[in-house]
Amino acid sequence: MKTVNVILLAVCFLLPLKHFGEALPGNPHFSHRSNNRMVCIRGGNYHPFLQRKDQPDVVKIHPFMLDVNAVTNAEFLAFVKANPQWARSKIAQLFADAGYLKQWAGDFVIGGDKIDNSPVTNVSWFAANAYAKWKGKRLPTMAEWEYAASAAPVGMSKRARLTRIILAWYDHPNPVILPPVQSTYKNTYGLYDMHGLVWEWVDDFNSVGIQGDNSGTNVKSFFCAAGSLNSANKEDYAAFMRFAFRQGLQARYTIQSLGFRCAKDFFRN
Amino acid sequence: MKIVTLNNRLSQINIFRPILLLLVPACIFFAGCTSKAKTNDPSNGADTVTGEYSPALTFAPNVPEARDNTTPKKVIVEIEVIEKVMKLADGVDYTFWTFGGRAPGPFIRVREGDEVELHLNNNANNKMPHNIDLHAVNGPGGGAEATMTVPGHTSVFRFRALNPGLYVYHCATAPVGMHIANGMYGLILVTPKGGLPYVNKEFYLMQSEFYTKGKNSEPGLQPFDMDKAIKEQPEYVVFNGSVGSTTGQNALQAKVGDRVRIYIGNAGPNLTSSFHIIGQIFDKVYVEGGSQVNQNVATTLIPAGGASIVEFTCKEPGTFNIVDHSIFRAFNQGALAQLVVTGQADKNIYSGKLADEFYYPPIPADAGKKDKPAIEPAMPEPSFADRFKDGHTLFESNCSGCHQSTGLGVPGSFPPLAKSDFLMSRQDKGIGVLLHGINNEPITVNGKNFKGVMPQLSLTDDQVASILTYVRNSWGNKSAQVKEGDVKKLRGQ
Repeated sequence: MKTVNVILLAVCFLLPLKHFGEALPGNPHFSHRSNNRMVCIRGGNYHPFLQRKDQPDVVKIHPFMLDVNAVTNAEFLAFVKANPQWARSKIAQLFADAGYLKQWAGDFVIGGDKIDNSPVTNVSWFAANAYAKWKGKRLPTMAEWEYAASAAPVGMSKRARLTRIILAWYDHPNPVILPPVQSTYKNTYGLYDMHGLVWEWVDDFNSVGIQGDNSGTNVKSFFCAAGSLNSANKEDYAAFMRFAFRQGLQARYTIQSLGFRCAKDFFRN
Repeated sequence: MKIVTLNNRLSQINIFRPILLLLVPACIFFAGCTSKAKTNDPSNGADTVTGEYSPALTFAPNVPEARDNTTPKKVIVEIEVIEKVMKLADGVDYTFWTFGGRAPGPFIRVREGDEVELHLNNNANNKMPHNIDLHAVNGPGGGAEATMTVPGHTSVFRFRALNPGLYVYHCATAPVGMHIANGMYGLILVTPKGGLPYVNKEFYLMQSEFYTKGKNSEPGLQPFDMDKAIKEQPEYVVFNGSVGSTTGQNALQAKVGDRVRIYIGNAGPNLTSSFHIIGQIFDKVYVEGGSQVNQNVATTLIPAGGASIVEFTCKEPGTFNIVDHSIFRAFNQGALAQLVVTGQADKNIYSGKLADEFYYPPIPADAGKKDKPAIEPAMPEPSFADRFKDGHTLFESNCSGCHQSTGLGVPGSFPPLAKSDFLMSRQDKGIGVLLHGINNEPITVNGKNFKGVMPQLSLTDDQVASILTYVRNSWGNKSAQVKEGDVKKLRGQ
């Protein structure tokens, strides 16, 4: 077992290098979009955007696996069919608000095929979490997600270009029909659409600058000018937006532009 | 009729309030006065609320009508946040984040002591979380922390409007600057218990800046430019959300004799406004939108995130430009609104133009003396290069105003010197003109007739020689150096 892990770890170190070469979208690896492949994210150090006195300046990220795409409507439909208690009409109010899967035509019907391959949105954290468990996966932590999402787009080495992609997305109203996965850019880990398509749930979304839950007192200091007090980079407007967005969430909320992708520990099967 | 009497009585109270406040410290000495002082204490917000209503919300430049409420009410205000593309200037679009679908957002009018219940709805199609910080609120974040709302959700909170005044409200979600820069602001008026004095017209104006990637007027959908915002270098400074929002067909309208009150806010996010109406004097300014009234002000400062109430009576008809008197903002960046006043002109107040005649500059008192300069020791004639250089400097300060630095003059008014047949025909002609000027004598230059005045300049022979050397050797002209002796000779004649 140990040996397997070591081999996997070795592969994992090589993988990102391999992805540097994959500049062209639409390469054969990703032709089966419904089959959400995972890539390994090599561990490393993450510098939290929001810094707290009671936390180290650097968070160690252990190697982990992450879906290359956000989970699509079609993939989520398979989950709902297998677990009808998560169907639109069955779900408990405790686990999702009234907007749950409202883009679908019915409990087990997406309706039309335009959004089959688009990220599933209007899903609560509970639903996203249940899907991940069903798949034998989990939601990525905020640190993992931010770490993976900070990788540069393939073919664009500068960090500033990434910020531009994000701000350009913020600048445009949501499209009427959400584009399919892999419609924006791919980063050097081989991950698609980390920015510019949908917001994504993370496991600990409600830990933004607080101890424990989203009704804690510190979370509320994240507005107006007070928000700049604890940030690592005051000019990273894009990051401010993500953290502000997460701060406004509760686990039962569903939002038209909020989806998710799954992660997996590297050292566990 | 009863209402009118009541209003009059209330406005009197309002007028006397500053006096009452002044009396408060004095009253401390007199126990009998303390209860009187208490009833006027603005922090006393515990008055019983009776009844509730949803007020009419208006968009700029309109202001909701005053209500005659005499007791505090519960006021239910609903605002929907909408992110949408709208026009910023002709051919220029921008993704606005708005309160109520417009920038600025709706004007909220409540009364001192009211209990305001605010519902903030974040449209499900929006991408961003939003909230609202009303400067009229006593409480953390001005309501921002209580109204943090993700798309598709609604937040509700309540506050007591304890302090009368005019206040800005804005979105305060991080990064707050971007939310304001994208259009999320408006005004809330808390009228004092006695109401505000009656006026004929009330208007709502709000100044703000826009930081676009493209330069001013560059067409298309322009994204927000964070670098320009941090440097505080906007491409647009506008009233009511877009260039031309309140000009021409959309100008504010009033009549001669109207008493006008403008509620003006400055959303910023960065700049302080030097608010001014060209040709009007604010006989009343509620400084920074508060209770202190200043009188007879032409330009009033409005800080970013602040407001002001200005009042004046329209005395003359005409179009009055409303500007930020940091004037390049008005001229180049869009900070221009207009008030059109119709009615009878009063020549007793403003005559309009009475005359337009040629201005003859006075001849300096010592001009005659220079005609006969004291005999100076003859200086050696300078080199051509020195003459030319001095001549250039002298030309720029004495001559270029009319003849232009290009030497081309102004067609029809001031003859050209460049390739001028008149100037180049004879050296002494130029010397004579410089020494004596021209007084309405007709001259012909390159076939064109000129009739006008060139003032006699008080120049020394040396200076005349330098200027002539310069003009006779510039812009394609070519001739010999004019010497001081040549000028001296002609002056003597």
